[in-house]
Amino acid sequence: MTAYIIRRIIQLPITVFGVTVLIFLMLQVLSPAERAALYIKDIPKNENQIDRVIKRYGLDKPIHIQYINWMFGTTDQETGQRVGGVLRGDLGYSRTGREPVIDLLLRRFPATLELAIWSFVPILGIGIWLGILAAVNHNKWFDQLARLFSIVGYSFPTFVFGLLALMLLYAKTGWFPPGRLSDWANQIVLAPAFVQYTHLNTVDALLNGRFDIFLDALRHIFLPIITLSYLSWALLLRITRSSMLESLRQDYIVTARSKGLSRRDVINKHARPNALIPVATVGGLTVVGLLNGVVITETIFNYPGLGSAVAVAAVSLDVLTVLGFVLFNASLLIGANLVVDVLYALLDPRVRLG
Amino acid sequence: MENAISTINLSRRDGAFVLPEPSGLERLLGPEWARILRGLLTNPLSVLGSLIVLLFLAIAFLAPTLAPPVRLNADPYNIPRDGFGPTPKAPGAEWSRGAPPLPFWYEPITGKSEWVHLMGTTSGQFDIFYGIIWGTRTALLVGILVVASSLFIGLIVGSLSAFYGGFIDDVLMRITEIFMAFPFLLAALTLSAILVPLIGRGIWPSVIALVAFGWMTYARVLRGDILTTKERDFVLAARTVGAQDNRILIRHVLPNAIFSTMVLASLDVGAVVLSFAALSFLGVGTDIGYADWGQVISFARDYILSLDTYWYIIVFPGIALVLFGLGWNLIGDGLRDILDPRMRGKDS
Repeated sequence: MTAYIIRRIIQLPITVFGVTVLIFLMLQVLSPAERAALYIKDIPKNENQIDRVIKRYGLDKPIHIQYINWMFGTTDQETGQRVGGVLRGDLGYSRTGREPVIDLLLRRFPATLELAIWSFVPILGIGIWLGILAAVNHNKWFDQLARLFSIVGYSFPTFVFGLLALMLLYAKTGWFPPGRLSDWANQIVLAPAFVQYTHLNTVDALLNGRFDIFLDALRHIFLPIITLSYLSWALLLRITRSSMLESLRQDYIVTARSKGLSRRDVINKHARPNALIPVATVGGLTVVGLLNGVVITETIFNYPGLGSAVAVAAVSLDVLTVLGFVLFNASLLIGANLVVDVLYALLDPRVRLG
Repeated sequence: MENAISTINLSRRDGAFVLPEPSGLERLLGPEWARILRGLLTNPLSVLGSLIVLLFLAIAFLAPTLAPPVRLNADPYNIPRDGFGPTPKAPGAEWSRGAPPLPFWYEPITGKSEWVHLMGTTSGQFDIFYGIIWGTRTALLVGILVVASSLFIGLIVGSLSAFYGGFIDDVLMRITEIFMAFPFLLAALTLSAILVPLIGRGIWPSVIALVAFGWMTYARVLRGDILTTKERDFVLAARTVGAQDNRILIRHVLPNAIFSTMVLASLDVGAVVLSFAALSFLGVGTDIGYADWGQVISFARDYILSLDTYWYIIVFPGIALVLFGLGWNLIGDGLRDILDPRMRGKDS
């Protein structure tokens, strides 16, 4: 077991290295002048300035030196200071955010995190529950209905679903507005009397004892949660269902049944724990789905998180912001995969011992 | 469900076991295809899916008749516009200027002699009906292009990896994993954002981006299939008669390994089109006014507060997209059951 985890942790930096190389290569598609223009904050871009930046950041050097500079930073010949360097947290300057990329990412992160936390629980809970119910009622009407729900679910593009939800539940009825907070709530949150412990509005509101703000935050986050969840439900339902069906066919189920256990106990104690092993992998995939879905979902609902920032950046060809976000996400993702692998090993003795 | 045993059903005749005569279908298509076709035709959901896909094929084929272009020599993929006003027009509003020629079916069905905006207009007065009809061609073209190219790359990577093994296998599979470490949509978004200034707007930036981050699954699945096929007796037989690597790979291993991957890949057309529409929706794909469903829906973003009035901007292209995805997924769902070896001969 320990050896397995250690092996996985040793592989981690190799994958991260590969990801940075790939991102760096994507950046190389642009010419030195274009890349220099990405670093210049002021709008008037004259030739001299661009040449200076090319020199300053070594954008005309051989590609492997550029990569090392990009990763570790280089010494600025004009001021003698260290500049740049992804590992030093310098991801460049965000043209659309008008601040360094890393600041933009950190400032927007709590909103996305709040959305992800709120979505994760209903996704896993309801998705797995539906999948198990469908498998237990194999080929009965509930199963057919769940199957149809699942197929329709992953045929429904996120942006169509989100816009339809807005049409019905906001434009028509005014129940669930877009954005993150209403104006009045926003003023209270930004006032000094309101302490922002975590920058997660729902949590902060409870910690400050402001139940009205908690409800307002919930009202705004509700539609994004549903939009993020339904696609994952479709996927989870499908995987849980087939895994549970597989597990219900095993000999040990017959054994458990024939020694007189009730149907309920057989399902809950024998079939379900084994069926949930592959679902752990899907839990990791769900994180991927959230990160993917967040770009479109946040854009539609005008939710000020990482996703909407990166969508604006991509459309305005603000490459540094997009790449910074991809790097940020890839690191999160690799971390999540590691956790899933370890979890997998803990759950399944065949992996642990094999 | 049709099970594998019954297709090679042995029957006893004159005291000896003989293979049954192949049916007409099997003689025409071969046993594998016949089994797939029979499985599809007996599952009502896949029949529904096939009908939907056929409907879209018909629409794409008949596009010039269903929605005739305004001028014959102009690019038909640019949606004709009825002025430049910002306020969308409701379905049924008449063309105020530059109406396209009337197709022959129009008068008998509607009883009107004036061409109207059948599904309304977006802001900027792009005709939604035209966008949806010609958008079907865009969707099919993009879907087939992306799937075929991804499959081709996956084929090369997967077969090199599996056939040579060892160091090559390790390197190629690590590269595949690195590509998989990116969230798909984001990676495609990034790459197409980078490509737009280089090769201009249009379908190509998104197509290239979707291929660049879409080949990995095929490579991995094919690698697995080739690894098992490689161990089979006919490969050993070919080797003993002195066939060379290339010949063994191309003539013996690939045709036997590629089958299920190809069938499943063809059904990714639906998913690919949904991703392509998402990229267009975010604004990194085609030019404004290009006949493409995601592009048409993206007009709704400016009217979120009054979507109940301008519902047609989202509902019509939305239905097109959902139906398209649903059609392919319904076939796919049925096929997965037919092709899944674990499901063969079981009652699901």
